Amino acid sequence: MTDVLQVEKLSAAYRKNIILNDVSFTIPQGTLTCIVGPNGAGKSTLIKVLLGLHPNLSGDVSFFGELLKNVKKKVGYVPQRGSVDWDFPTDALDVVMMGMYGQIGWVKWPNKSHKEKALDALRKVGMADYANRQISELSGGQQQRVFLARALIQNADLYFMDEPLAGVDAATERAIMAILRELKKEGKTVLVVHHDLQTVEDYFDQVLFLNRTVVAHGAITSTFTANNIKKTYGGTVRWLKEGIGIVHSTI
Amino acid sequence: MSDALSHAALPGVVISFLIFQEKDFFLLIIGATISALLGAFLIMLIKSTTRITSDTAMGLILAVFFGGGIVLLTVVNRNSNGNQAGLDSFIYGQAASMIWSDVVITTILAATVILIILIGFKEWKLLLFDPNFAKGLNLSIKGMNTVYLIILVLTIVIGIQAVGVILMSALLIIPPVSARYWTHSFRKMMWLSGLFGGMAGTIGTTISALGSGWPTGPFIVMISGLIFLLSLFFGAKKGIVVEYLIFRNKKNEVLKLMPPAQIVREGKR
Repeated sequence: MTDVLQVEKLSAAYRKNIILNDVSFTIPQGTLTCIVGPNGAGKSTLIKVLLGLHPNLSGDVSFFGELLKNVKKKVGYVPQRGSVDWDFPTDALDVVMMGMYGQIGWVKWPNKSHKEKALDALRKVGMADYANRQISELSGGQQQRVFLARALIQNADLYFMDEPLAGVDAATERAIMAILRELKKEGKTVLVVHHDLQTVEDYFDQVLFLNRTVVAHGAITSTFTANNIKKTYGGTVRWLKEGIGIVHSTI
Repeated sequence: MSDALSHAALPGVVISFLIFQEKDFFLLIIGATISALLGAFLIMLIKSTTRITSDTAMGLILAVFFGGGIVLLTVVNRNSNGNQAGLDSFIYGQAASMIWSDVVITTILAATVILIILIGFKEWKLLLFDPNFAKGLNLSIKGMNTVYLIILVLTIVIGIQAVGVILMSALLIIPPVSARYWTHSFRKMMWLSGLFGGMAGTIGTTISALGSGWPTGPFIVMISGLIFLLSLFFGAKKGIVVEYLIFRNKKNEVLKLMPPAQIVREGKR
C-alpha cells in the first residue's frame, strides 16, 4: 500500500491560539479514516490547513508525494454544510456541475454530457428527483448529499469530508456510508471528520484521534480503545465496555 | 461594498479636477477609479490587519472618503474660477447633461465589464457561492477578487455620471435584489437585473425630461424602487402574493383531505 497523504510536524493557529501542534501522520491508499476529537480539537482546521485554505505555521504536507498545487485534480473536498449561503440562486444540478468546472474550463458552458454526468452523480446519492430544486428548498440531509455528489463528480483519488454525517437522519447516514465504502472499494482514500464515537467501529477502518495533536492513529481494531478515547477526550467521556454509549460526566 | 466604493470615488473626482483644472469626463472618471480602488484597498487592509469587521471598515472608508471629497469640493468652490460649476453634480448625478463622448466612453466601459463577466461566468458564480471549493479547482481567489473589485469600480464610475455617488449604490443593489424575486437561476437573475436597471434608467430619464429642472438620477432610483416593490409582492418565485396563494391552496387541499368533523364531541362544549 502506498501512502497518499503525508503530514509532518504541522502546526497552525488562529490568532494567538495554537490550534494544531506538531501533527504528523500518513494515510495509506484505500483506507476509510475518521478523524475524531472533542470540540475545538482542530479537526476542521486540520482539513483546511491540509487543503491550503488556512495558513500553517510550520510543517510539510505532501499529496501522492507531491505538493497540493500539482495534484489538485486528484483531491476532492466536501465542506461543512454551513459554509455556504444556501439562498444562492441555483439548483441542485447546477451545484453538482460545479464539480466539473475545472474540466470544462473558462468561457465554455457545460454541455449535455456534463449534465448527464451530474444527473448520474445525483442518482448515486439518491437525489435525482430533486435535480431542479432550488437549493434552499432542500433539507439538511439533502444538501449534504448534493455536496457529496459534487465531490463524486470530481472523480478524485483522495477525499476530505468535514462532518458529512452531522445532522442527517439514519437513512441518509446509511446512504452516505454506502457511497464511502464504494469509494474505498474503487481504491480511493477518504478522510472524514466524524463526531459520533458510537458508529466509528461500524463505519471506518482507520481512526485518528486528534486533540491539538495526534493522540493516536491506526487501525480501528488496535487503536479504537477506551484508553485512547479517554486520552483524547479527557474525563468528559466515559466509555462503556458493555452497551456502547457516551455518558457526560456530572460536574 | 458598492456603497462604500461609490462614495470613495468622490475625492478622486475633485482631485483630478484640481490637478488638470478641466472638467473632462475621461480625466474625472480616472480620478474616480483610482480613488475608489484606493478605498477598496484600504478596506481590505483594515480587514486583514485589524480586528475590525468588513462592515465597520466599509462604513469608516465611506464616511472618511466622502467627507474628504466634500471638503475638497468646498476648497474648489472657494478658489472659484468659474469653471467648476457642475462638479458637485457628481454627488447627485448629471445624466441630463451627458454629451456624445460621455456616451461613447460609458458604452465602452460597460461592454468591457459585460465581456469580463461572460468570459468567466460560471467561475464567477462559483467564487460567489463557494470560494473554498473554487480554490480546490485551482482558481486563483486573490486574482479573481482583484478583477471583481476592478469591474465593480468600473461599473460604479459609469453610473456616477448618471445618478451620482450617493445614489449609485442603489442602482447596483436594487435591480439584482428585485430580480431575485422572479427566478432561482443565477443566469436569469443576471439578465433580469440588467433589464430592470435598464428599464429604471429609461423610464426615470423620460419622466425627468417631462418637467423642467426635474432631477434625473433620483427619478431613476425611484423607478428602480418601484420595480422592487412590484417584485416584492408579485415576484413569481418569492413574491409575497405568490407565497400567500401557494399557502392558501395547500391549506384548502389539506382541509379537503381531512376527515369530516366529528359529530360527537367529548367533554363540555
